[in-house]
Amino acid sequence: MAAPDKAKRKAGFIPLTIIFVLFIIFLYGPTATIAILSFQGPDGGLTFPMNGMSLHWFRQLFEEQQVGDFGGSLTRSILLGIAVMLCTAVFSLLAGLAYRRSFMGGNVLFYLTLVSLILPSILISLGIGIMFDRIGLSPGWYSSAFGAHLTWTLPFGLLIMFAVFNRFNKSYEAAAIDMGATSWQTFRLVVFPLILPSLIGVCLFGFTLSYDEFARTLMTAGTFNTLPLEIYGMTTNVTTPVLYALGTMTTLFSFTLISAALIAIWAVRKSRARKAPTSA
Amino acid sequence: MRFLTANPSYLQVTPLALVILLFLLFPVVTIVIVSFWDYNAYQLLPDFIFENYEFLLTSSVTLSAYLKTFFFAITSWLITLTLGFTVAYYLAFYIRSPLLQSVLFVLCTVPFLTSNIIRMISWIPLLGRNGLVNSTLQEINLIDAPIEWLLYSDFAVILAFVHLYTLFMVVPIFNSMMRIDRNLIEASIDAGASAFQTIFQVVVPLCKSGIAIGSIFVVTLVMGDFITVSLMSGGLSASVGVLIRNEISLLQYPAAAAGAVVLLITVLIMLSIMFRFINIKKEL
Repeated sequence: MAAPDKAKRKAGFIPLTIIFVLFIIFLYGPTATIAILSFQGPDGGLTFPMNGMSLHWFRQLFEEQQVGDFGGSLTRSILLGIAVMLCTAVFSLLAGLAYRRSFMGGNVLFYLTLVSLILPSILISLGIGIMFDRIGLSPGWYSSAFGAHLTWTLPFGLLIMFAVFNRFNKSYEAAAIDMGATSWQTFRLVVFPLILPSLIGVCLFGFTLSYDEFARTLMTAGTFNTLPLEIYGMTTNVTTPVLYALGTMTTLFSFTLISAALIAIWAVRKSRARKAPTSA
Repeated sequence: MRFLTANPSYLQVTPLALVILLFLLFPVVTIVIVSFWDYNAYQLLPDFIFENYEFLLTSSVTLSAYLKTFFFAITSWLITLTLGFTVAYYLAFYIRSPLLQSVLFVLCTVPFLTSNIIRMISWIPLLGRNGLVNSTLQEINLIDAPIEWLLYSDFAVILAFVHLYTLFMVVPIFNSMMRIDRNLIEASIDAGASAFQTIFQVVVPLCKSGIAIGSIFVVTLVMGDFITVSLMSGGLSASVGVLIRNEISLLQYPAAAAGAVVLLITVLIMLSIMFRFINIKKEL
């Protein structure tokens, strides 16, 4: 920060900065607290003070009898997250491309997709649950819960794609076609690389929203729990810091994915900037 | 079938349309149908009765649950709007470096991609009877006995809503603010408006639709919630979602379905009011 810049600071900068910092502490403070408490000693409780430091509760996490089926539910959540991520990315990309032309029913479908986003989750969960029951299918995390998650992730994917194509400069595409590219070549070599950063964002949303989804999984997961259901079960019957250890692990996992996605987006943008040094 | 080959859009949009049809429209139709069914302790009995609605709409439990839910929705909306607007305003108008601006924006949105349940649980060591807040206040002799209403209370529910959903306000409002022509702000100040006049007469009207989008998210999320209310109130408060959830766990699906239909209609009425303020497609 240069000195003249500081002099030009608008009135209210300091109080607003304080509010912002407090807001960030409010956002992250509680999560940081349970992260610290998950290192409680073996005799430690759910609150401060710390009773020694140990990895005891993290070890407990991997002993199956202690905390239900942590390993199984984690595996299911990750597999489901990957499936939801892939479908969200492909389906929203296709739909995004479709909406570049007008077509019959386009508006209806768009508003229905928005409804899918803002409809209370319990309604979708209950509806899919009863529907599967009525047609004689048993609900499963890979079938009914998978569909339920898509109703939550696809609207985000579609909205991101809308935002991308609204800002998309069509002259790149026109240039490719002028130079004799087929429509597949135009897509693969021009359009796709340009929208890749946003697609990575859609993938991130698809995975993490599915991985953490609770309400829409509640009635649709069937016999086997996903991780959020398992965690919810633990809140009522686990009274040791093992709950915090689990919370810390999954939060760290999410943070890792978010960082990986951000780095990937940054790397794609950077390599593009290097390839086109003349465009400024 | 000629229109299929003429316009590839139909083919491209098919997967999305199928998901919406199978997992949104069919389930909602199922709920509406089942809400007119009868049931006993073991099974659902296809029928066409209004008893589920009659019971629902005449019960004082429903009324108090709706009042409670509206109270949660309005309080959370006011707080998230004020807080979200302030944070967005700071990011949009006070942070000059685009890099810092993106970093801070990402910082505000990352918690959205982590588990809501974990974020609720993390208030327990802070707000509980022996939690950090109570023990600190006791240590500095501000209070003699622990404050009981910090956790498992309406206060805790609203705190959790604000904690979980403020970023739904920050993101669309920030997005609207970034499109405001900075010259308008300058002009307002040059014309002699105070900072507050500029905010309320220039900035707020120009990010009306951002505010509306954020409000739609916050209000619908709170109206349909059951997990935050049951976890943070410790089972002491009952919102509409909690009632539905209870009926589900008692396997009274037709009653739950009727509750869901009434909730759906309530939410749709609220949405139709809020959607008047925006044109979603222009916002993206």
